[in-house]
Amino acid sequence: MLIKSLVAVFLAAILTENYVLSKFLGICPFLGVSKKLNTAVGMSVAVTFVMVLATAVTFPIYTYLLVPMGMEYLQTVLFILVIAGLVQLVEIVLRKYIPSLYNSLGIYLPLITTNCAVLGVTMLVLQKVDSTTAYTYTYGHALVNAFGAGIGFLVAMVMFAGVRGRLESADIPKSLKGLPITLVAAALVSLSFLGFAGFVDKLIPLG
Amino acid sequence: MAKRSLFQEFSKGIIKENPVLCLVLGTCPTLAVTTSAFNAIGMGVAATAVLVCSNAVISLLRKVIPDKVRIPAYITIIAGFVSVVQMLVKAFAPAINASLGIFLPLIVVNCIILGRAEMFAGKNPVLPSILDGLGMGVGFTAALLCMGIIRELLGSGSVFGVQVLPFQILIFILPPGGFFVFGMLIMLANKLNTRAGKKVKTTPCDGCPMAKNCADKKCADMKKEATVNAD
Repeated sequence: MLIKSLVAVFLAAILTENYVLSKFLGICPFLGVSKKLNTAVGMSVAVTFVMVLATAVTFPIYTYLLVPMGMEYLQTVLFILVIAGLVQLVEIVLRKYIPSLYNSLGIYLPLITTNCAVLGVTMLVLQKVDSTTAYTYTYGHALVNAFGAGIGFLVAMVMFAGVRGRLESADIPKSLKGLPITLVAAALVSLSFLGFAGFVDKLIPLG
Repeated sequence: MAKRSLFQEFSKGIIKENPVLCLVLGTCPTLAVTTSAFNAIGMGVAATAVLVCSNAVISLLRKVIPDKVRIPAYITIIAGFVSVVQMLVKAFAPAINASLGIFLPLIVVNCIILGRAEMFAGKNPVLPSILDGLGMGVGFTAALLCMGIIRELLGSGSVFGVQVLPFQILIFILPPGGFFVFGMLIMLANKLNTRAGKKVKTTPCDGCPMAKNCADKKCADMKKEATVNAD
């Protein structure tokens, strides 16, 4: 049952509740760095890494520190500071110990602090925690959800990089060139993801 | 930069440097909360309040904050005001709180606010900074309202909740409709800008507040690419 619900959470985060295409989180990097496949993948891997790490830290902070002390209102300030600190720490550690990884991912790290998808993932998952129902999210669910959200981001970015590659050689009306046609293409990609609606619920009925 | 009058500091954000349509900042809330005109105004007003307050405080502290830690300092100030606005909205407008949901706390990472802190409030005196924040906020609200009205009219056939059209095209209030309407609005803005003889922005990196941090690497490449494409 636990495995089943974890799989459901993972698939839902990628397909039906894709953070970029149906929740509109992380649109800036989605439009900004999706021009080339390798930068799109690099950015997504960095985002996934920070998402999982941020959730791993903020979830216990919220549950075991803020809730018992009745300070839920500090959530926004605390989470953004934790994420900013974490990103800085990851950057320092990578630079010192894994320079090759730093060279390929490091350039994306400063941009991730202000990526709303990361803050969104850490905050949205807490809304699913409701100990009075049977479907409450545990720590494991939260981590799987964060990982799924990152993979969903990767899928959206990679798909979109492909679409943009095709657009490069297409004959586009002058006023639509650049951002407008990119947004129209994003609309079509997002439309295709609407097709997944209800897919996870049908595949793995919860309860 | 030529010295601008106080009124110009205010008015530039509304049309000439509209943060959403010309600088293409703050795209996430623009796409997510514009399913109705009411939501758009709620988001616009909340962001404007944060923008004016944070611009004022950052401008006051601009000589105190060391250059190296300015971004974390700005984020902390902004997060403080966002929490205040969040509590006020929760207490006095619970309906707006429910419909904006996660995007209310996410004002913290709205690029417009950090962008104005970095580009304007960190370098200018208090009064121009407040007016700049107010102008950008009004421009943001106007662009959101524009999107909100179009999407609500086509998607639910109503304006501000009043039914006016006999049909509804549901797709306009779903995510794809958001991308599409936004694309069309940017196209319109580009068209007007080219007609006025202005350079059209091609990558979201140009207005990005973090561009300075990555200027020597990725963003520089992207800017180069953009200018090559523009030629």
